[in-house]
Amino acid sequence: MAFPHRPDAPELPDFSMLKRLARDQLIYLLEQLPGKKDLFIEADLMSPLDRIANVSILKQHEVDKLYKVENKPALSSSEQLCFLVRPRIKNMRYIASLVNADKLAGRTRKYKVIFSPQKFYACEMVLEEEGIYGDVSCDEWAFSLLPLDVDLLSMELPEFFRDYFLEGDQRWINTVAQALHLLSTLYGPFPNCYGIGRCAKMAYELWRNLEEEEDGETKGRRPEIGHIFLLDRDVDFVTALCSQVVYEGLVDDTFRIKCGSVDFGPEVTSSDKSLKVLLNAEDKVFNEIRNEHFSNVFGFLSQKARNLQAQYDRRRGMDIKQMKNFVSQELKGLKQEHRLLSLHIGACESIMKKKTKQDFQELIKTEHALLEGFNIRESTSYIEEHIDQQVSPIESLRLMCLLSITENGLIPKDYRSLKTQYLQSYGPEHLLTFSNLRRAGLLTEQAPGDTLTAVESKVSKLVTDKAAGKITDAFSSLAKRSNFRAISKKLNLIPRVDGEYDLKVPRDMAYVFSGAYVPLSCRIIEQVLERRSWQGLDEVVRLLNCSDFAFTDMTKEDKASSESLRLILVVFLGGCTFSEISALRFLGREKGYRFIFLTTAVTNSARLMEAMSEVKA
Amino acid sequence: MNRTKGDEEEYWNSSKFKAFTFDDEDDELSQLKESKRAVNSLRDFVDDDDDDDDLERVSWSGEPVGSISWSIKETAGNSGSSHEGREQLKSRNSFSSYAQLPKPTSTYSLSSFFRGRTRPGSFQSLSDALSDTSAKSYAPELGRPKGEYRDYSNDWSPSDTVRRLRKGKVCSLERFRSLQDKLQLLEEAVSMHDGNVITAVLIFLKRTLSKEILFRELEVRQVALRHLIHFLKEIGDQKLLLDLFRFLDRTEELALSHYREHLNIRDPDKRKEFLKTCIGLPFSAEDSAHIQDHYTLLERQIIIEANDRHLESAGQTEIFRKHPRKASILNMPLVTTLFYSCFYHYTEAEGTFSSPINLKKTFKIPDKQYVLTALAARAKLRAWNDVDALFTTKNWLGYTKKRAPIGFHRVVEILHKNNAPVQILQEYVNLVEDVDTKLNLATKFKCHDVVIDTCRDLKDRQQLLAYRSKVDKGSAEEEKIDALLSSSQIRWKN
Repeated sequence: MAFPHRPDAPELPDFSMLKRLARDQLIYLLEQLPGKKDLFIEADLMSPLDRIANVSILKQHEVDKLYKVENKPALSSSEQLCFLVRPRIKNMRYIASLVNADKLAGRTRKYKVIFSPQKFYACEMVLEEEGIYGDVSCDEWAFSLLPLDVDLLSMELPEFFRDYFLEGDQRWINTVAQALHLLSTLYGPFPNCYGIGRCAKMAYELWRNLEEEEDGETKGRRPEIGHIFLLDRDVDFVTALCSQVVYEGLVDDTFRIKCGSVDFGPEVTSSDKSLKVLLNAEDKVFNEIRNEHFSNVFGFLSQKARNLQAQYDRRRGMDIKQMKNFVSQELKGLKQEHRLLSLHIGACESIMKKKTKQDFQELIKTEHALLEGFNIRESTSYIEEHIDQQVSPIESLRLMCLLSITENGLIPKDYRSLKTQYLQSYGPEHLLTFSNLRRAGLLTEQAPGDTLTAVESKVSKLVTDKAAGKITDAFSSLAKRSNFRAISKKLNLIPRVDGEYDLKVPRDMAYVFSGAYVPLSCRIIEQVLERRSWQGLDEVVRLLNCSDFAFTDMTKEDKASSESLRLILVVFLGGCTFSEISALRFLGREKGYRFIFLTTAVTNSARLMEAMSEVKA
Repeated sequence: MNRTKGDEEEYWNSSKFKAFTFDDEDDELSQLKESKRAVNSLRDFVDDDDDDDDLERVSWSGEPVGSISWSIKETAGNSGSSHEGREQLKSRNSFSSYAQLPKPTSTYSLSSFFRGRTRPGSFQSLSDALSDTSAKSYAPELGRPKGEYRDYSNDWSPSDTVRRLRKGKVCSLERFRSLQDKLQLLEEAVSMHDGNVITAVLIFLKRTLSKEILFRELEVRQVALRHLIHFLKEIGDQKLLLDLFRFLDRTEELALSHYREHLNIRDPDKRKEFLKTCIGLPFSAEDSAHIQDHYTLLERQIIIEANDRHLESAGQTEIFRKHPRKASILNMPLVTTLFYSCFYHYTEAEGTFSSPINLKKTFKIPDKQYVLTALAARAKLRAWNDVDALFTTKNWLGYTKKRAPIGFHRVVEILHKNNAPVQILQEYVNLVEDVDTKLNLATKFKCHDVVIDTCRDLKDRQQLLAYRSKVDKGSAEEEKIDALLSSSQIRWKN
C-alpha cells in the first residue's frame, strides 16, 4: 500500500528556494514604491501569492489595503496604487479607467503596475493608447515557478493551453524558457534533454539561446537533475480527456484542486462550514492515498481509522505518568491524523455519492470502449443520450472529443447529428465552441481528402516553395490526424489482461485508468528514457505528426552523479493531469527514478473543455 | 507596523477583500532573512546582467517610464553601462585600435560592425557595399559627442533588436522603414519563437503598413498571421479582423467572428435583430441552418416570454399560479424551451407558437428527443395520464400497444428521477424487454411484484429466496413469495 520509495531512490532537490526567491523579489518590487500604498491583486494571482507570502509580509512593506482587480471603480483613497496583475488587455483597460477617472477629477497619485510573470508589448500598447503611458510605472515580477509540492512545480498559467493550442500564440514560450533557465542556474545544467512537440522544440531552442547569451553561469556546476523531458499537450490529448480514478485526480475532477488546495464543502466536512485544505506530501494521510486507485482508498482509510482507534484506546491502561506522556507527545499527532482522516473519508463519501448519481460505471465503460475501439456505435448512442438529457455540457463535449481523437475524427453523419443535438441541448452559441475544437484538432470530422490539404495546396500555389513549407508546418501543427489507434497498437497502450487486473498491486501504469489504458504521454517518456533517445520510435513519432519536433540533446555525463541521472524533470506544455503524475510516480518507483513535474498548469478534462468553450459560464 | 491578529482581521474586513487568506507562518522574519541570504548568494548567477539591471531598476524607483527624467537616465545608462552599452564600449575600444581588427571582407561593410552581429548570408544593400569601403563613413562618427552614441545603440540589426525586445527593453522600431527591413524584423522575431516579440513587431507593422500590404505579407507567414489574429481578437479590433478574414478569403471564420458579437448584446430584441444580420453570412451549409434556427428560436422566445409574463402576472392561469416560473425563457437552449413548453403549454393547439408540437415541427426535433423531454416535463408535473399517452399507440385494429423510441429502461429512470409512485414505475419496468435489465431495474426501484413475477417466470427459486429477505416482514410481498415457494405447480430450475 501507498508505494514506499525504493531505498535507492534519489533525493529531490529543495525547491522551496523558488518560493523564497519569488517572495524576496516581490518585496524588492514593493519597496520600489516607498510609503503606504494600496495593492490591487488579480484574482488568478491570489492563490499563488498565498503560497509564498502573507498579509504581514505585505504590511511590513507598507501595503495598506488589498483589493481584488475586478470591474468596479476603486474606492481606494491611498496616494499610491500598486497593481499586481497578469499581462492581460482587460487589466490594462481597467487600470486605464482608474487612472483616467483620477485625471478627470484632477487627482494625482502614483501608480505602479507589476506584471507577473512578465509584461507584454500589447499591454504597453494599450497603456499608450489610453494615454496613461508614463503615468504608470511598470515592473515585472518573474514569478513563474510555484512549487505546489516536493515534486511538482506549476507555472500557474492555465491560459497557456488556449493561447498556444487554439490561437497559436507563442507568447508564453519565453516565459517557459526563462523558467527553465532559472532552474538550470539554481540546480545545474541538464545533461540529457529530450522533447516532443512543436512548442517543446521552440521552448527548448529559446532556452538554449538564453543560456548561450549568458553563458558561463551554469558551466562548471554539477548537474543535480540528470534529464529533462519536454512534451506538448497535443501529443496526447486522450489521456487528459479521460475520467480520473486515482484519488488525487478524482478529487481534482470532483472538487477542483486550485493551486494545491481544495475547498471541501459542508458535505465533506460534515459541519456547516467549508474548509480549505492543502493537499500535498505534508498531509500524511493524503500522501498515502493520493496515487491509489479509488477502489483501494476506502479500505485503506478504514484500516487507518481502526489503527487510530487502537492508539487512542491505549490510554485506557495507562498510569498518570504514561498518560502525561501520551497527551504531551502523541495526542496532538493523533488528533491531526484524526482530522485528516475524517476529511478524506468525507471526501470519499461525497465522491461516491456524486459518481453513483451520474452512473459513473456506465461512463467509464464507455470510455474504455472508446480507448479500445470497440462498440463504437454503442458509445456514440451513449453520448447522444447524454446530450439529449442535458447532462453536463462539458461532459458531453469531452466524450465527443474522446470519440473523435480515438477514431481519427467522427464520420460526417455522426458529426452532424451530434453537433445538432448538442446545439439544441446546450445552446446554439456553442457553434463557436465547435469551431474552436475543430481548429485545435480536438473534435473533427472525417473527410475524404483532408480539407486542410485543399487549403494548403491552394495557398501553396500562390507562394514559393520555402513559404509553402512553412504553411504546411503551420497547418500541421494545429489540426492533425491523431492516429490514436495505430499509436496505441505500436506502444501497447491497452494491456492484455488475463482475468482481473489487480488494482491493489498495479503492474503497470495502466492502473491509473483501472488497468484499461497506459497513458500515452507517460508511455512515450518511459520509452525514450529506456533508450536514452528516440531511436526505434520513428514510426510512433511519425504517427504523432512530430517528425520534425522530436529531439534529443546529450552532453557529456562525466560530471553527473549516478544519483542525479535518476532524477528526471518532465515539462508539460499545456498542462498535465494528476493521473499522469501518479503514473510517472509509479514508473519511478519501479525503475528507481524520481520524477519532478513542471507544468504550465495542472489540468483535467473539464479545464481543457472549458478553455475551448466560447460561452463562459 | 506590528499589528495584532485582530488588527489583521479588521484590516481584511475593511478592505472588503474576500476569500483571500494567507497561511500563517510564525517565523517568517527569520525565514525572510534566511532567504535574503540565499538570494544574495545566488545573485551572481541569477542577475542576468548585473550592473545593467541595477541601473535600470533605479529608473523604476519612482520616475515613471517614459517621463523626461526617465528617458534622461535611460540615455545615460545606455551610453555607459547597459549590456548593449558595454558591447558598444567594446566595439568602441576595439575601434580605436582597429588595426587589430580583421580586415573586413568585401561583402561586409565596416559600418555593419556598429550594428552588431550580421547574420551571414543576410542581405547587404548595394549602397552599403559601395559606400562603406573607405574610412570616410566611420571617421566622422569618431568625432561625435558622447551623447550621440545613442544613435548607434539604436542602430541594432534586426536580430539584435529582436533579442532586445525579448528582454523586455524599450527599443524603437522606427528606423525599420523599408518593407524589406520590416519583414526581416518579422522573420527574426518568428525565428526566435517569442510570441510577445512577434506581436510587438506586428503592432509596429500594423501601424506603419497599409493593411493590404500587411495582409498580403502575412498570408504567407502563418505563424505571424496567427499572432495578429489573436492580437486583434484580444484588443477587440473587430473591424480589422473582419477585413483580414475577408482578404484571406476565410469566409467561415469571417462569419463566425461576426456571429460571436451577439454574445455581447444583452437586450433580447437587439440581439434578435443582430442575429438576423447573421443569416446571410457565408457559413457552411450546416451552420447556416443552425444560425437560422438560433434566430427563429429567440424570436419565439421573445413572443412566449411576453405572453407568459403577462399570464403569470394576471394570476388567472392555474399552472402559473401553482408553478411560478423560476427564470425567463429568453436565450435558453431549444431543449429547455421545449421542456418549458411541455410544462406550461402542453395542451395547446399546434397553431400557437408556444405549443410543443409547433416547436417540434419548426425545429425538426427528433422523436426521441421530443419524447424524452415531454416525459420529463409531464412526470415532473405528475401528469401520469400524459405520460401514458406518450407511449400508447393504436394499431389498425384498434388495439393499443406501448412503444417508446428511447427504450423503456430510460423511461423508468426518468420516472424514478421524478419520484413516480411504484405502481406507475412497475408498469414501465414490466415493459422493459431485456429480462436482466428488467430484473435489475425492478430490484433497484423496489418494484417487488415485478421481481417476484420475473423470478417465477424464470423458475429461479434461489433468486426468489434471496429476494425474500429484502421485502418487509409480514408484507403482502412476503406472503406472495411464500405462496410461490411452496407451490407445487412450478418446476423450479434450481
